[in-house]
Amino acid sequence: MKAVYMDHSATTPVDPQVFNAMIPYYTDIYGNSSSVHFQGQKAHRALEQAREQVAALIGASPGEIIFTAGGTEADNQAIITFMTHEHQKKGKHIITSAIEHHAVLHTCEFLAKQGFELTVLPVNSYGTIEPDALRAALRPDTALVSIMHANNEIGTIEDIKTLAAISHEVGAAFHTDAVQTVGKIPVNVKELGVDLLSASGHKLYGPKGIGILFVKKGVRISSYLHGGAHERNLRAGTVNVPGAVGFGKAAELAQQRIPQTTAHLKDLSSHLTSGILNGISNSRLTGHPEDRLPGSVSVVFDYVEGESILLMLDSYGIMASSGSACTSGSLDPSHVLLAIGLPHETAHGSLRLTMGKDNTREDVDYVLEKLPPIIKNLRLMSPLGQ
Amino acid sequence: MYSQKVMDHFMNPRNVGRIDLANGIGEVGNPTCGDIMHIEIEVKEDKIEDIKFQTFGCAAAIATSSMVTEMVKGKTLEEAERITNRTVAEALDGLPPVKMHCSNLAADALHEAIKNYRESQGSSATVTKGCCQQETGSCCTMPQE
Repeated sequence: MKAVYMDHSATTPVDPQVFNAMIPYYTDIYGNSSSVHFQGQKAHRALEQAREQVAALIGASPGEIIFTAGGTEADNQAIITFMTHEHQKKGKHIITSAIEHHAVLHTCEFLAKQGFELTVLPVNSYGTIEPDALRAALRPDTALVSIMHANNEIGTIEDIKTLAAISHEVGAAFHTDAVQTVGKIPVNVKELGVDLLSASGHKLYGPKGIGILFVKKGVRISSYLHGGAHERNLRAGTVNVPGAVGFGKAAELAQQRIPQTTAHLKDLSSHLTSGILNGISNSRLTGHPEDRLPGSVSVVFDYVEGESILLMLDSYGIMASSGSACTSGSLDPSHVLLAIGLPHETAHGSLRLTMGKDNTREDVDYVLEKLPPIIKNLRLMSPLGQ
Repeated sequence: MYSQKVMDHFMNPRNVGRIDLANGIGEVGNPTCGDIMHIEIEVKEDKIEDIKFQTFGCAAAIATSSMVTEMVKGKTLEEAERITNRTVAEALDGLPPVKMHCSNLAADALHEAIKNYRESQGSSATVTKGCCQQETGSCCTMPQE
């Protein structure tokens, strides 16, 4: 069966060059990067090279990068340990947005339950955070603002540079979850002006189980996991050297590929978006029309439900995602789709197609051939919109 | 995730549509919850001569609707009334636990249609709407990434 993978915002395949770079660190150079012997030192050098590669991708110094087990851990560590220190100096107030990934949103809600104060900023219908909304929410005791660089569901890219500058005016630090942007679009921590940034290896053709937290020099965080003195005493646990090497290689490749891949993905996205919107009635693009991730196409269809669309697409080998219904204990669709103002019934009919470097025009044409009849058939089956 | 029977009924749903001479109509669920099941029956001499459905919802919602129509076609009203959401799910070789509450309402829709028939006693039918009986559950399709 034909297989068309359009779920790159969920995860990406490991690039063969990345995988080959990792292999020796499982078998030959297996030392603990903290060990004194030559095996350990070889692993240590590889780890430091990987740190340089990742730092180069985001315009940071290698000393500002901590390897973690993924984006979620980096988000948790950034927010929780920063607030643990900072509430004594600056205050207990945190600001985040309504469309954050749960790794940030649930972490902030966790802190709110522990006695911290939380403001969740609304977004406009494109999923953009308005600078004025942030200005109005900032208080003298606001210690941290955490706003994602780009949204995983609707692809909207936030104006982090402006939002970080506004936060700094009142002395609040700024964290961004850049899991969806690092390796996909140019990300430079100095240009963005952020103090903390999280990223994940498996979104840029690197391995799963490895992430980074960028901590600007002078910004105080602490270890989230307690144990050994790895990662300059900021992340306990034997370092995942093969994972870090993979992330490093993936970062190096991404840096070379971004201009070319962006042009390719923009072309595919525009073809796919116009094909869907012109070919299927009562369909709409979600997220910002221009300021969005180059390979991300998110749409909603009236009168049909997302999981049904996904399973029908899957039967043709097309792999995608939907925000049709929400996480455990709730019957609500995605919090992101509700935050941009979609009614529940529309949000249930969402489809997210996220393309990657290996997708082709042929893949897009295949989706455009299969999707319209699927929607048509599901609508014939639906009691709505008759 | 789903049994082969669920996938079969989802990919090839039986008895989709509406009935011109329907004398019992039932609808449960609501669009906010993401599931609506609409069932129409044509009853003759206490037997369900014909039954058709239209459903807005996930694969479990569509498959249970399809299955319930197959289970009761040709059956007496009394037999049809004995069918429950649970027996529909069992006939499909089970549903994922999370779908048992939120998308397993087909028998409720059928019972609403029968109730509607009995109330109208064969005269022109009007839709009887059941309330959204969903309590807990989730139908998560966005991967946790």
